[in-house]
Amino acid sequence: MKTVAILDYGMGNLDSVARAVEECGGNPLVTEDPGSIAKAASIILPGVGAFADGMRELRARGLDSVLSEEAVEKKIPLLGICLGMQLLARKGNEGGETEGLGLIGGEVRRLQPDTPEARIPHIGWNEVELECSCPLFSGIPSNTDFYFVHSYHFYPDRDEAVVARTPYCGRFASCIQRENIFGVQFHPEKSQRPGLTLLRNFLAL
Amino acid sequence: MLKVRIIPTLLFKDFGLVKGVGFDSWRRVGSAMQAVKVYNMREVDELVFLDITATRDGRPPDFATVDEIADECFMPLAVGGGVRSVEDARSLLQVGADKVVLGTAAVESPDLIREVAARFGSQCAVISIDFRRIGPGVRRVFTHCGTTGTDLDPVEFAKQAQRSGAGEILLQSIERDGTMSGYDIETIRAVTDAVSIPVIASGGAGNYEHLAEAVLDGRAAAVAAASIFHFTQQTPREAKEHLGQRGIPVRR
Repeated sequence: MKTVAILDYGMGNLDSVARAVEECGGNPLVTEDPGSIAKAASIILPGVGAFADGMRELRARGLDSVLSEEAVEKKIPLLGICLGMQLLARKGNEGGETEGLGLIGGEVRRLQPDTPEARIPHIGWNEVELECSCPLFSGIPSNTDFYFVHSYHFYPDRDEAVVARTPYCGRFASCIQRENIFGVQFHPEKSQRPGLTLLRNFLAL
Repeated sequence: MLKVRIIPTLLFKDFGLVKGVGFDSWRRVGSAMQAVKVYNMREVDELVFLDITATRDGRPPDFATVDEIADECFMPLAVGGGVRSVEDARSLLQVGADKVVLGTAAVESPDLIREVAARFGSQCAVISIDFRRIGPGVRRVFTHCGTTGTDLDPVEFAKQAQRSGAGEILLQSIERDGTMSGYDIETIRAVTDAVSIPVIASGGAGNYEHLAEAVLDGRAAAVAAASIFHFTQQTPREAKEHLGQRGIPVRR
């Protein structure tokens, strides 16, 4: 059984993610210990909350450098979920301009309503439109609905990083990838069957 | 396109699920765990779970029960009842709630909305507004499961909650609750026109067309309902069929 390190940095719905990993046949390890993270087969960076707080909590635990070492140098598969995806960026703007992990080029901006009906936060089920093939979406058709709950979005420097987009306040990047590093704006752990399929695909990497 | 959510509401009281009329006359409707398992299997869009006596009895949320049901819930779960502090909110999120519903505490200490939103993000802070019509054109917010009146107008309170950082409003009509006579569309529309955050309509759904009215006329982003699913043969899945036929985007 593969051990998946779920980073505990005080920001989030860790239990939901751990339960979903377990349901997918993985061995979830909720931890902030660099030694345990280094032994894991893959890493999930979950997160709910504001960008500035998230970075502060990661740095306070030295997890920013652990992530660089594991994901960039050792190429361990890394999945950022929601705030965890946003923290992969160079820069965030929630709670003041803040430097991010810089693992995937881009910055995090607030969603801007494009119609009077568009309400922020973006809460609910919305389509994920695939822009290219990606192992995370194996067996998941384009335009499948996933569950979102967020007010900010990842604005990539380059379109090549974008795996999928979602039509809301324009078409924001809902899945990004750089080699073994992935980010999803939606919550796979709360997206029922398609969500669990995506997590199984991640565990299989 | 963002889908309109259909949300079964589970009311928890003394170890089981109940459903009442006008926030009173509670009837038992089964076990929480069983209901969550069924709704998870049927892939409903989201669940709202409210402990209706926690605040009245001065109890904190029942974290152990929430932990158990959240483990069976691979769908979004909003939990409320008895949340009085940032620490309560943190504990609920830790055991698997995705959103925290603030009711009485949001009225009594508006700073709590600000603190929860700042710490966990606005998307976690659902403000439950229970209201009653007390005279022609006069509506008031009630707390403590509908037992305590306030001077607050629900539309004004919704605006204030949004300013404080609320991410969503759960708008519940006390007199429509359990009557299955239709939502209070006028109040829903007044609130959706006044705020830019999503509003969940609640209280009064008795048939599928009532759900459609809350969306088409009330402009609700989501519709919550309990009696219709507990006491009739109507299901969330068929509700979606109906809404789809009325041109409303739903998840299939």
